Amino acid sequence: MERPDETISLEAKNFSFWYGSNRALTNIDLTVPARQVTALIGPSGCGKSTFLRSINRMNDLIPNIRYEGDIILDGESVFRADQDVVLLRRKVGMVFQKSNPFPKSIFDNVAYGPRVNRLVDGKRALEDLVEHSLKRAALWEEVKDRLGKSALGLSGGQQQRLCIARALAVNPEVLLMDEPASALDPIATQKIEELVYELKSEYTIVIVTHNMQQAARVSDRTAFFYLGELIEVGNTEDIFTNPKNEQTEAYITGRFG
Amino acid sequence: MTTRVETLRSRRSAISTVMLGLTGVAAFVVVVPLLLIFYYLISSGAGALNLDFFLRLPAPVGETGGGMANAFLGTSLLVLYAALMGIPIAVAAGVFLAEERSTLLARLVRFVADVMNGIPSIVVGIFVWAWVVVSMGRFSLLAGSVALAVMLIPMVARTTEEMVRLVPKELREGGRALGFTRWRTTLGIILPAARSGILTGILVALARIAGETAPLLFTAFGNPFWEWRLNEPVSSLPLLIYQYAISPYEDWHRQAWAASLVLICLVLVVSLIARVIIKTPYRGG
Repeated sequence: MERPDETISLEAKNFSFWYGSNRALTNIDLTVPARQVTALIGPSGCGKSTFLRSINRMNDLIPNIRYEGDIILDGESVFRADQDVVLLRRKVGMVFQKSNPFPKSIFDNVAYGPRVNRLVDGKRALEDLVEHSLKRAALWEEVKDRLGKSALGLSGGQQQRLCIARALAVNPEVLLMDEPASALDPIATQKIEELVYELKSEYTIVIVTHNMQQAARVSDRTAFFYLGELIEVGNTEDIFTNPKNEQTEAYITGRFG
Repeated sequence: MTTRVETLRSRRSAISTVMLGLTGVAAFVVVVPLLLIFYYLISSGAGALNLDFFLRLPAPVGETGGGMANAFLGTSLLVLYAALMGIPIAVAAGVFLAEERSTLLARLVRFVADVMNGIPSIVVGIFVWAWVVVSMGRFSLLAGSVALAVMLIPMVARTTEEMVRLVPKELREGGRALGFTRWRTTLGIILPAARSGILTGILVALARIAGETAPLLFTAFGNPFWEWRLNEPVSSLPLLIYQYAISPYEDWHRQAWAASLVLICLVLVVSLIARVIIKTPYRGG
């Protein structure tokens, strides 16, 4: 599918966020380049997940939230009044920390999104889409003989790749990943990381991680959040070898967090 | 020094043994009534169990033999119609309670459901008598089913609520993140994930209402003949047990025991099925 070739996919402008009276994000300015991996790092509670969930407006599910500033996707505010949240979430896929396959078959897990959103016509096209999505998530070879079996029988790593396939099946532009490998063993983690690396040729990826090595391995750019503020952002190599900010350096060298 | 530690240790382990023993005794006491019930039912009722018992109508007063075939049919129909009426309402209400858990309406409905779970079943019978029997001008299968449905709804609504609440919130987020609407997520993802728990709750409730007598006394009323029409009184197992047990006839007493045995076996089987089902809950990463 052809997409407009833009170098900036996503941009936060002076974005602040509150849970009730609790300020979680303060004046975030961040640009996310298209078809690159941007890692959000920082200690627990620093606001990186809140920021991630603001992009596809998953925070809308929480009562008593408030925000100021804006997040721009493809030149349009995700918060604009006539925003169709359904379309927004199709454009911005999400993978969660805990793999959350639906209590359905492997096939239906991937097919459910396209089916509900009427993305394809006909059984054959749907099967092709499911196969394509599973291949892109590097899961096809492992599950092609048991597509009708329950997704809950898969291992944790397979479940997580199934969730990635599920997100890819609705053909998003941006993929948000909230610590996608934190509950997985090292081998499953490596597979997810390889996958992220491959997927960035087609998708803009924003990944939250607590794992510094992971951020260094998979991302092109890294943003360090602390206490709800964006402390430093830059090329991953620069952030990890030559951080400009003392707090960034303290965090990446493991002195706190 | 060592001896003091040793003494303390043996004292602790002695107390531990005694306490464990006491809980064991308590657990045994819980099981004893069930074992005794089974013993009495089998020794008094098994003799009256034969093919006639399941296939024939009750014998006229004074004659021996006959069976309870119409009561089996009656109980089946009563439970079936109660399930058809009650389960959709109860499951929908349970989903509402779980989804809108803190709204005023949800809190009110939850409170009422809890009160209704505690209401003596005879009161439900009287209520349905006043509401359905009086307005229809007759006892009926319909009235009996309504009474059983009134018993079933609060039970199933509350278990459904609990089961829906147990579904991890990540699953809901997964649906919403794919752009599904709230109702689509609930119907397509949350309900299937809670399915085994909800089904278990339904089976337990069905087992419970199948054995209810009091709500049927002045609704389904009882009937010595075959009956399956909604607007006619029907027989049922618990009612027949009650009528036979208070009768002066030896043969009827035996049949009441036999019917009790069959009823408790049905309840047991349903409970076992429920046990098996609940062993397959949602299991994500």
